[in-house]
Amino acid sequence: MTEPSTSSSDQPLLVAENIHRLYRLPRSSLLGPRSERHAVCGVDVSLHAGCSLGIVGESGSGKSTLIRVLLGLDRPTIGTVHFEGRAVEKGRPRSLRWFRRKAQIVLQDPLSSLDPRMTINSIVAEPLICLDVPGDRRQRVAEVLDAVGLDAGIGKRYPHEFSGGQQQRIAIARAIAPRPALLVGDEPVSALDVSVRVQILELLKQLAKDNDLALILVSHDLGVVRYLCDEVMVLHNGEVAEQGRTADVFRSPSDPYTQALLNAVPRLPAV
Amino acid sequence: MTHIVGEPRQHHREHAARLLEVSDLTVRIGATTVVDHVSFAVDCGERLGIIGESGSGKTLSALSVIGLTPDVADVSGSVRFEGVELLGMPDRQIAKLRGDRIATVFQNPLTSLNPLMRVGRQISETLRIHRDIGRAKAAKAAVELAARVGLPDPARAVRAYPHQLSGGQRQRVGIAIAIAARPRLLIADEPTTALDVTVQAEIISLLDELIADEGTALLFITHDIALISQVARSLLVMRHGQVVEQGGVNDLIRTPQHPYTAQLVAAARATSTDRALP
Repeated sequence: MTEPSTSSSDQPLLVAENIHRLYRLPRSSLLGPRSERHAVCGVDVSLHAGCSLGIVGESGSGKSTLIRVLLGLDRPTIGTVHFEGRAVEKGRPRSLRWFRRKAQIVLQDPLSSLDPRMTINSIVAEPLICLDVPGDRRQRVAEVLDAVGLDAGIGKRYPHEFSGGQQQRIAIARAIAPRPALLVGDEPVSALDVSVRVQILELLKQLAKDNDLALILVSHDLGVVRYLCDEVMVLHNGEVAEQGRTADVFRSPSDPYTQALLNAVPRLPAV
Repeated sequence: MTHIVGEPRQHHREHAARLLEVSDLTVRIGATTVVDHVSFAVDCGERLGIIGESGSGKTLSALSVIGLTPDVADVSGSVRFEGVELLGMPDRQIAKLRGDRIATVFQNPLTSLNPLMRVGRQISETLRIHRDIGRAKAAKAAVELAARVGLPDPARAVRAYPHQLSGGQRQRVGIAIAIAARPRLLIADEPTTALDVTVQAEIISLLDELIADEGTALLFITHDIALISQVARSLLVMRHGQVVEQGGVNDLIRTPQHPYTAQLVAAARATSTDRALP
């Protein structure tokens, strides 16, 4: 992996400082106080342009809450998020439009994240329209479909006509259409078959390289993060258990939780 | 009840009756052949894995064994369990085997458990159906089984409803139900796919211990080749309803003969977390 391109600018693309998110739980008894759940607890994130960060953790570790906050989809209880030096604050949808052009997401289940009644062309063009992205839309749609390895001729078809892997390619095309600087993948390959998984990871890697795209990959699958990310953050109960360069963390994990997590992953017999 | 201990390994009892013998199993739904002339056998105490991607027919192949195919499916071939042909047997009779001689652990315990029934009753229900025992005795057995599958505070756990338990605990309940009647064959259909990896490791070691103790044969269905290499000794690789390759797990992974098996292994290696790799 290459060193982060700090030479171009020392300022990170995305900085999140001391993020906390508390949820108030439903009352468990009629008169008792409502308890709170500390879903994310003092997490810092700093990501440079073109770099990739993997966020791993098991269910309930706070990884989804963290990316919701990072993407301005949720407001942190404490803490701030800045993108290219500008504050990302959840407010009126319009107020974050500048940020939506810069940061896009690919979700876990491609079929449920693609509108079944829209053609592929209109699905991929939608962010260009909603976000008022200047330029020839039709040309951009053809460009991104080509970039994700799909034939431009499929544009008039509907999501259900495609396999899971192809649907995820469509979702990726939609995400990169507005030329974002940051792409967030929330378990982007978990719903896919193993053999398709590697192809999609390879595609994400290539797109990130070609477009100097920063990646945040959220996954419960450590292997997926290892394949794609320069850096990794291990979350456990809302806190960072361990953080560092992926190669280092995987070779010699220092935190007991990371060690347990790595040991629990089934291994193939050696060749 | 007798305890079945350490069934001898298969090679020196080649002529002994097979526990389960499936031959030329074919399942058609409409014009589509979803399982195409599949044959395999499981001996007592053996562990066979079936691996395949979505739509490969792995689940249908296993569920046909216990007659759990959709009504529209047209099933042909032969499924012999303890020498008795199960295909074409009236459902009433197969139902007697299900949960008794042959038990199943399903993928998602939240959908396979009854949300309105305390888990203790769901465990004891199996015993009440298949064994002639009273309510109190069955309830007591349920607590013992809950303890056996490692549920914390078993006497209290049996009084919980499924939604009050974590995913791992629910799957422990699913396993308790499956082993309640001491089956000879356990069919596990992706039993850990919905679980976190640390919980998966716990569930696998629990299954491993339970079936080793009882000499239960295991039919384990999964899409995860690394996982199956730790669970099963022999493996069936399925694709598009057909068996593409079959043999010992370690042999298949080290020297796959079919390109599809090689592709599965390569994909698994690419995203492996092995520290020895670069």
